[in-house]
Amino acid sequence: MGSGTSTQHHFAFQNAEKAFRAAALIQRWYRRYVARLEMRRRCTWSIFQSIEYAGQQDQVKLHNFFSYLVDHFTPSSHNERDFLNRIFTEERSPQASETQNCGDYDSIEVPDSYTGPRLSFPLLPDHATALVEAFRRKQRLHARYVLNLLHEARKHLVQLPNINQVSTCYSEEITVCGDLHGQLDDLIFIFYKNGLPSPERAYVFNGDFVDRGKDSVEILMVLFAFMLVYPKEFHLNRGNHEDHIVNLRYGFTKEVMHKYKIHGKKILKLLQDVFCWLPLATLVDEKVLILHGGVSDRTDLELLAKLDRHKIVSTMRYKTRKENKKQAEEKGNANQTGSAGRPSPWFLPQSRSLPSSPLRPSTHKAHRAGRSSSVPCGVPLDPKELSRRVRRSVDLELERCRQQAGFPAIKEKEEPSSSESEVDSDAEEQPQPTPEEWRQVVDILWSDPMAQEGCRANTVRGGGCYFGPNVTERLLQKYHLQFLIRSHECKPEGYEFCHSRKVLTIFSASNYYEVGSNRGAYVKLGPELTPHIMQFQANKATHTLTMRQRISRVEESALRALREKLFAHSSDILVEFKKHDKDETGLIALSDWAAAVESVLHLGLPWRMLRPQLVSSLTDNKLAYKSWLENLAKEKLSQQNIQSSLLETLYRNRSNLETIFRIIDSDHSGSISLDEFRHTWKLFSSHMNIDITDDCICDLARSIDFNKDGHIDINEFLEAFRLVEQSCSGGDVSDCPQVTNSSNRDCSSPGAH
Amino acid sequence: MADDRDRDSTEVAVAEFHKKIKEAFEVFDHESNNTVDVREVGTIIRSLGCCPSEGELHDLIAEVEEEEPTGYIRFEKFLPVMTEVLLERRYRPIPEDILLRAFEVLDPAKRGFLSKDELIKYMTEEGEPFSQEEMEEMLSAAIDPESNSIHYKDYITMMVIDEN
Repeated sequence: MGSGTSTQHHFAFQNAEKAFRAAALIQRWYRRYVARLEMRRRCTWSIFQSIEYAGQQDQVKLHNFFSYLVDHFTPSSHNERDFLNRIFTEERSPQASETQNCGDYDSIEVPDSYTGPRLSFPLLPDHATALVEAFRRKQRLHARYVLNLLHEARKHLVQLPNINQVSTCYSEEITVCGDLHGQLDDLIFIFYKNGLPSPERAYVFNGDFVDRGKDSVEILMVLFAFMLVYPKEFHLNRGNHEDHIVNLRYGFTKEVMHKYKIHGKKILKLLQDVFCWLPLATLVDEKVLILHGGVSDRTDLELLAKLDRHKIVSTMRYKTRKENKKQAEEKGNANQTGSAGRPSPWFLPQSRSLPSSPLRPSTHKAHRAGRSSSVPCGVPLDPKELSRRVRRSVDLELERCRQQAGFPAIKEKEEPSSSESEVDSDAEEQPQPTPEEWRQVVDILWSDPMAQEGCRANTVRGGGCYFGPNVTERLLQKYHLQFLIRSHECKPEGYEFCHSRKVLTIFSASNYYEVGSNRGAYVKLGPELTPHIMQFQANKATHTLTMRQRISRVEESALRALREKLFAHSSDILVEFKKHDKDETGLIALSDWAAAVESVLHLGLPWRMLRPQLVSSLTDNKLAYKSWLENLAKEKLSQQNIQSSLLETLYRNRSNLETIFRIIDSDHSGSISLDEFRHTWKLFSSHMNIDITDDCICDLARSIDFNKDGHIDINEFLEAFRLVEQSCSGGDVSDCPQVTNSSNRDCSSPGAH
Repeated sequence: MADDRDRDSTEVAVAEFHKKIKEAFEVFDHESNNTVDVREVGTIIRSLGCCPSEGELHDLIAEVEEEEPTGYIRFEKFLPVMTEVLLERRYRPIPEDILLRAFEVLDPAKRGFLSKDELIKYMTEEGEPFSQEEMEEMLSAAIDPESNSIHYKDYITMMVIDEN
């Protein structure tokens, strides 16, 4: 009767309750799972960022290395002296006539067998569209057309002001894109999704078109083509990577020389010039300022608008263009003495005259009061001073320059001597960038926003500053602007607002660190200049992956990079471990492991969070550190006959090594001589206090000289230690630069890459 | 003597917990000012090894929130509360076998799977319901597209391996 139904009810109720509780349990478990995934994702991101920025600090280290050389290294022979000259004296910047030569493409013949796109000038919209299509089909543009296009691009750029003024009344909408970094797929996707440029559809590309990705050349071609076709609607800003020195390190130089073996050098020279002519910023309706990096508390838009932007060849070294003329003269004079003419260390400051005081006291006061030197290079050296030293030996020359590279305090004392020669300096015809002008440009190309108020030196990047919300506010008010659009930093969602939505970071290179690492984005400015963000991820694969798979994949990549870093510092880490293991048990507590690793790497990573991914087995909650380090090494040791410490050193310094090699390889042939290699190593090892004998290095060098011609192919060398990045033709070793004779080799047949 | 040792080992444990908590907190401290958005606190707590329910999480947040909630949680308030949680081993994670039994409760016919619709129904109507986003995300990994169902035993195994 009653009991039957009530039992049924009771039973049903119990079941319902059980189901409720079961569901709650599953949900609880699942939410924890998701949270842990999220934490892993964040940690992965930190790894990538900290390693990327640590890599950028390498440039600073390189500068320190050269300063060290100046301090401690005395060339003991003519060879070494000459070698030092090679490092310190960069090939002179192209003269006006030389640049004309580079534009001399008429003589380059395009063979009938060439099936790539052909360009004729003036370009028509159809040509530009066809170019995009051709690149999408993996065709390559012949060197002749590349040079022609660059030549035309430069002609156009020269007429543009430093700050492009754009108005929204002509085109209905303006789309702003951020860093592309050689990722052509992203550019094609943007054009596909948003539409091709047209008189109704204006575009602004905010710098960093090149480096890192594998299609920087193609991106430039497309961007310049549209710029020529729609000059009023298509705008480009210079980024910190539109810079031939940065390109040496980050892959663009390599890409050009690989794709254009015969004419690559010409192309690079012309590009060097073209980059200097890129506008520095774009202003929309006088309300929205678009520039690549950011601003500083000293940013002066009037000054930026007035300066001669062409004078700033590279933000990495404060060298000007017109030096070479004097240099050539003095080289002639000095030849008799046997010294190498007028060596001018590329990494140290030097400049021609400054009509007004070269070292303005106010500059230095601000310098000391505000922040430390925002860039590795410092303040100019008077040319008359330099010319007096023409006949001195290299050692003294470098010694002098070393002093110049010192801190502001030292420079102030030198003011009087420089100002004496000011009178002579008036004879100089060409105005040169003042330190202030140079700094202004570096600031807008390199700075990053920060959450805290104030403005301090950007030590992570080695250039520009970190600027706070008050700096933004002041600038916006001063120039009656609504907000700032900048790029320069990769963001997981492709964009990020900060400073109360007054600063928008827009980054258009999706999957920047790894497939699935981040989205790309672009922003459209509507009628009231309200920003509308569009996101994308130009890789079909990511859409089919679950969140878990995406995160795992990116995480793996980050961990690999991190393990490599750990390996590269094994010796130092071992020393730290031993400090925590006074009793020599061979074991170390996890807490100490984290502290030790951080004290060596200085990456600021959440090591305890990462620990499960890096350390697999524990005994008694402690780690047997020696075998852990050995396991790290095992992953890297591809060649048994190489000392593990040597390998370690190579890994640790690969970025700098590669850059130095490319500097030495001034004709971009891709190879350096055995002697040069040995010299480099000797210098490096003395700086690094590495106990590696010269013999060992010689053996190493000889073993790498595969064809025994006394030369080392840079890429072969790096490949020998699996250091070369897989950006070179999808990692196909045989495609790496070889010297060729055929003039037809400058373009590949469609399909081959 | 034993007391001293206990106290020492507790101190060591506390010190270690402090470091762990600080690290996890800093991952979400975007402005480097020792605060995190309250919406991320759940992630932090869970990544430290705890497995609270939503209800328990809300109680915890109430403990660490300011008197006038600002939307941000300060580290100074978070640390002591979280340390207690870890010391008391509160909100322990769910062992695999218990999880399996939970699924089996929802599958009384003991087929070894749940249909997609059944899963959706339970996860969005029972317990502490999922949001649409959460549901979609779980489905993307859990559902076998051919059978349109979740074979929960395999699913659990896969997730657990993934964790380790």
